[in-house]
Amino acid sequence: MIFTPKRRWPAIAGSVTAAALVLTGCSAGGGGNSDAKTITWLVDNTENTITYAEKLAEDFNAANPDIRVEIETRPQGGDGDNIVKTRLATGDMADVFSYNTGSLFQQINPEQNLVPLTGEPYMDNVSDSFKPVVAAGDDVYGVPVGTGSAGAVLYNKKVFEELGLSVPKTWEEFMENSRKIKDSGTAAIIQSYQTTWTSQLFVLGDFANVAAANPTFAEDYTANKVKYATDPAAIKGFEHLEEAYKAGLFNEDFASTTYPQALEKLANGDGAQYPILSFALPELKVSYPDQLNDIGLFPLPGDDPAKNPLTIWLPGGVYLPKSTENVEEAKKFLAFIASTEGCDSQTEAVGANGPYLVEGCDLPDDVPTAVKDMLPFFDDETRNSPALEFLSPVKGPALEQITVEVGSGIRSAKDGAALYDADVTKQAKQLNLPGWN
Amino acid sequence: MTTNTTTAPTRAARRTDPAKPKRRSGQSAYPYWFYLPAALIYATLFLVPTFASFFFSFTRWNLTEFTWIGMDNFVQFFSEEALLKGLTNTFIYGVVTSVLKVVLGMLLAVLLTSQIIARGYLRSIIFFPVLLSSIGVGIVFTVLMDPSTGLINKALAVVGIDGPAWLTDPAWALMSVAFVDVWKGVGLATVIFIAGIVSIPSEYFEAAKMDGASPVKCFFNITLPLARPATATVIILSLIGGLRSFDLIWAMTKGGPGFTSDVIASVIFKQYQAGFYGLSTAGNVVLFLIVTAVIVPLSMFLNRKEVEA
Repeated sequence: MIFTPKRRWPAIAGSVTAAALVLTGCSAGGGGNSDAKTITWLVDNTENTITYAEKLAEDFNAANPDIRVEIETRPQGGDGDNIVKTRLATGDMADVFSYNTGSLFQQINPEQNLVPLTGEPYMDNVSDSFKPVVAAGDDVYGVPVGTGSAGAVLYNKKVFEELGLSVPKTWEEFMENSRKIKDSGTAAIIQSYQTTWTSQLFVLGDFANVAAANPTFAEDYTANKVKYATDPAAIKGFEHLEEAYKAGLFNEDFASTTYPQALEKLANGDGAQYPILSFALPELKVSYPDQLNDIGLFPLPGDDPAKNPLTIWLPGGVYLPKSTENVEEAKKFLAFIASTEGCDSQTEAVGANGPYLVEGCDLPDDVPTAVKDMLPFFDDETRNSPALEFLSPVKGPALEQITVEVGSGIRSAKDGAALYDADVTKQAKQLNLPGWN
Repeated sequence: MTTNTTTAPTRAARRTDPAKPKRRSGQSAYPYWFYLPAALIYATLFLVPTFASFFFSFTRWNLTEFTWIGMDNFVQFFSEEALLKGLTNTFIYGVVTSVLKVVLGMLLAVLLTSQIIARGYLRSIIFFPVLLSSIGVGIVFTVLMDPSTGLINKALAVVGIDGPAWLTDPAWALMSVAFVDVWKGVGLATVIFIAGIVSIPSEYFEAAKMDGASPVKCFFNITLPLARPATATVIILSLIGGLRSFDLIWAMTKGGPGFTSDVIASVIFKQYQAGFYGLSTAGNVVLFLIVTAVIVPLSMFLNRKEVEA
């Protein structure tokens, strides 16, 4: 009797091993059509990405039974960048791969490593606002996968209704609203400096206003001709952050609040407005499904009520490396991704968290309210601008610490902007950009 | 010259005449091939990286290619505003943790060498925090030190004290981390002091008692001077640990809020994160030089005193 528990272990271990063998044997044997050609697709390893990637692969296979798509994953962030760069450099890249657009895309030597897709018929389906962020020289190289997002203010509509507030179109109105919310006893603006990256939105999300005031800012910025500290439009983001802090509009515990806690405050109405990326919507959907439709979205306001543009984040691209031997099959797959069937397949897998950048892709009627609020800005090109990181390779790594300091009253807006310019100079020198050394 | 000429005859002689001395000066106990594995490991894992890092600190380097830029990295590193803050913070942190560990460690060691009950058990308890992972300790204390929901401030509120925002108030952040570092590290100092104290012969204390010395006199005139080697060890170990401290700070504040609790090591790590490999390598060279510049003279000073005593 005493020994039975011990004796059980080998038995359990044995059966687990056996089960594992059966399972792996099963999945290796599965797959069906033996004539099918297999192409590989390298994606990042977030749950969201893998879910829609597998669904896309499955639906594509249903439409094209002779081609199978196999998903490969890579880590995110710097490790992922290294894998992509190394595999491209050694000619060992998957048949198609997903990667960032904008400044990171420029760093993988598109002209040398990728097959241009400029003349492909399906490129007509791709939105014109996406093409610049996957273009190098005269050619475009990628199709969009996933949805567009925004760096904007998420707000609690119930709080606004109770206080009879309307969506602000200018910074003045925003501050006026915020003072009223504060007087009612609710935190007017949620800040979450325990998760430092969230502090950057006042600056990053303000870029559409900068671009509206100075359309060549991104270009001049890359060429080291304009600076945050000296450009009157660009420094506004820092100044607004300072002003909001000085007016005491933040939640009291802003310094120790984390990103998930901030979302909780927003969903429960403990805080009214949260400048953040709309990437937060899928998370709100999972954690607070009942309150999701209480949340609306408006752009970070600037000075001009007539413009009031939205700063948008473009989705990643899917690219075709020159090393692939299955060009025809891979192109068919890209065409599928850039089609309405492709969008539907993604929506079915993960829901729609923003507009697709493929023409003709409609969103289902039950998209979250905040996504509906975003759509008019995406439809009209004069009312949006991609974030600076899609237009310029120059971005300093210390912005989040600087904005925490400005937003906590440790450093002034002017100092913060100047320090960020120094940070940016350092990064541009490391990248050997022309005009900086 | 001598070794060359004598090697062969000696070897031959040794085989034939075991009575001759086996080792002579300049001749090693083992043949050269015996050193080879260790030498290879030493060269590839220690020598090459050390010199490579000195080399790469003069370059702009993205792990696959580099450009020689001379002293630019060092100029950049020293013009970094965060670095000045980091440098002062590093010294404050190193000195504060080191002093507290010496003082508290000595007092605790005196307590734990006395005739108290469950001495062995109490001795092991003081050592437990040393065994924990810094990241785990950091995360736990981040929760405990939360200004509104943390246990520490709630406990203080019970006795009517309005506790500070430990980790988010720029004036407190660095000190809060230093306190946690002391809590975690004082066990090691205590153990070293205990070893130092128990090695003092009890005759000294008996003789002092006979002459009517007070306990305070005993402590300052017997325990403290005779435990000097232990004190020197604790100071050097905790100062090195304090100067290159990183894990606890990163787990608790990430150098924040803003740059207010940055130390050299966290400034260096941020350069790595940003992909500025050459620059951060230069930072590591600077850190190495600073630690050496502090520790070498200090250790010479402490050891000289020890000999004189």
